[in-house]
Amino acid sequence: MGIVIKVENLGKKYIISHQQERYTALRDVMANTAKKAIKKVTGKGETLPKKEEFWALRNISFEVNQGDRIGIIGRNGAGKSTLLKLLSRITEPTTGKIKIKGKISSLLEVGTGFHPELTGKENVFLNGAILGMSKKEILKKMDDIVEFSGVEKFLDTPVKRYSSGMYVRLAFAVAANLETEILLVDEVLAVGDAGFQKKCLGKMEDVSKKEGRTIFFVSHNMSMITSLCSRCILLENGSIVKDGMVSDVILYYYNEGLQSPAYIDFESRQREIGDDYACLLSGEVRNQNNLISTEINIDQSLKIIMKYRIKKQNGKIFRPNFHFFTSGGVYAFISSPENVELLPEGNYFAECNIPENFLNEGAYFVGLGLTSYEPGITVHFYEQNALSFNVRDPIEGIKTRKGYSGSIPGVVRPLLNWKIGGE
Amino acid sequence: MLKVKEKTSNSEDEGYIVIEAGKSEKHYWADLWRYRELFYFLSWRDILVRYKQTVIGIAWSVIRPLLTMLVFTIIFGRIAKLPSDNAPYPILVFTALLPWQFFSTALSDASSSLISNQNMISKIYFPRMIIPSSTIIVALTDFSISFILLAITMAIYRFVPNWKIVFIPLFLLLAIILSLGMGFLFSALNVKYRDFRYIIPFIVQFGMYISPVGFSSSIVPERWRFLYSINPMVGVIDGFRWAIIGKGVSLYWPGFILSIVLTFLIAIWGFWYFRKTEKTFADSI
Repeated sequence: MGIVIKVENLGKKYIISHQQERYTALRDVMANTAKKAIKKVTGKGETLPKKEEFWALRNISFEVNQGDRIGIIGRNGAGKSTLLKLLSRITEPTTGKIKIKGKISSLLEVGTGFHPELTGKENVFLNGAILGMSKKEILKKMDDIVEFSGVEKFLDTPVKRYSSGMYVRLAFAVAANLETEILLVDEVLAVGDAGFQKKCLGKMEDVSKKEGRTIFFVSHNMSMITSLCSRCILLENGSIVKDGMVSDVILYYYNEGLQSPAYIDFESRQREIGDDYACLLSGEVRNQNNLISTEINIDQSLKIIMKYRIKKQNGKIFRPNFHFFTSGGVYAFISSPENVELLPEGNYFAECNIPENFLNEGAYFVGLGLTSYEPGITVHFYEQNALSFNVRDPIEGIKTRKGYSGSIPGVVRPLLNWKIGGE
Repeated sequence: MLKVKEKTSNSEDEGYIVIEAGKSEKHYWADLWRYRELFYFLSWRDILVRYKQTVIGIAWSVIRPLLTMLVFTIIFGRIAKLPSDNAPYPILVFTALLPWQFFSTALSDASSSLISNQNMISKIYFPRMIIPSSTIIVALTDFSISFILLAITMAIYRFVPNWKIVFIPLFLLLAIILSLGMGFLFSALNVKYRDFRYIIPFIVQFGMYISPVGFSSSIVPERWRFLYSINPMVGVIDGFRWAIIGKGVSLYWPGFILSIVLTFLIAIWGFWYFRKTEKTFADSI
């Protein structure tokens, strides 16, 4: 046992320019230089957009012992992913120092580098190499990988013919068989069916406990954090607000109201969520009086509203979808509209009404997504746990209780039609 | 790249990799060596995909040089009646097409390589130089196919190549250094300026006409030849012709040396710029 990671005063600063463009274009640079020159000569001209600093992480310090399984929680934009990116050397810190002992691998996404035209087996080699495995290692692990994935029969089929489940299973199987001392995992388990998720968690726990491997696990799923991790770090606005036992930190997270809010504005956050076609603007939870609120009574309806922008239209039908999770991380349901028209470029909202007497009491998290299906499935954005709300059960006068005052388990508690009669 | 160093002198840091902002990086080459398998795999992927994706995958790398050769032979050889340096015109064109097509394929593939692999760059750490470098291998595969075509063409014309053909690898190396250097520069610029990619096809197209691909550089007046050699591909192409056709072709040494010097300057510039911007790729891609 010893310290394997030492982080001192770590900080990461991004420079954000207040321009709509996400990328610098050479034509803009040339135009701006010309404008500057004109301004110098004439003393006139429009002012250039100002650049602003944004600290994604600031003054982060911690130490990690070998075999620690560390969960990292915090709301969207708190700096969780930035921390993993710094630890995995994908991006460079602005301030501070990281010391790492041992081989480190990052799983910020499963199936990185998978090529649709290549067969399953070919992709295993490619993905293994990308994750830092040697050919020898991959060959040695091939049987384990194939067995774990359960796609033996399709190994020589191009992965473009795989179902998304098979794809994820194969991709994860490669990652699960990585031999590395430190593993960084970013919510990759959010995909795949529940059974496979469990298998992956089991595998990760196994390697950590038996072989003393160190794991960093970023998730919104508190039950996964609880079952996998031995320590938890809570991030808020780029700083560590709590670091300690998992149960303590999670409790603090809920009590301090640091979980996702009922209203979230992505536009002002300087971080665009989306791709070239569409981006997420904001999300809100409204009660039946049309007020933004996290607290919803069980006998009242609520609305989830997502605002988004279609930036480029070339015949795609953009389908909004909302993903509901319980605070324990159970995938409650996904909802998306039945009919969506082809919409031109512009700003839109999507509103989903959740009836009264439907959800059970407890906290719910909502993931906001936008997908198009032709040609092929494209996820334009998906922001997990962007919103949350709390369904309250005042007990008194609640139809679904009928006088019973104990706690009622279940994800939903719908009011259904019943018939009782004598035969 | 990231400033990573392993200190052994300081006992406190022993065995640790230290990541710190603003420190010069000593282990870049060691890292490149460590990730050499990724280089093989990426090249292997690109070759597999190139010849798998389309039915005419291999056919394409045969048709393209053949058609270009035909068109150039007809326009420059038959219609313009340019001199052919004692060799059949198709062979004159083909010896130049080999290095030119290698250069243009390598340059366009390398330039767009970082953008087309942006997924990997934003999710995984590895020395970024591997990506543009690995595209050279695909261009080399195409080059080999074209070389076989040249051999067949020579057999048809019963043309015996000069013994100096043994120097071909040296000229190919020059073309590799040039395309790598420009590839590094352009791929890095492509990440920073997203509209830079529109310039690349233009450079490739334009370069083909100002390089002596369809004609012999001996038609360039003597007093302009040094200036003409500012285009480093002139040196490479002349080298290929000198080595394969041999008799009657003499190298214009001042121009050739200028091409070599410029090639190395471009390579150093590209390498320097790539290394300088590499650490911000993940942030700006």
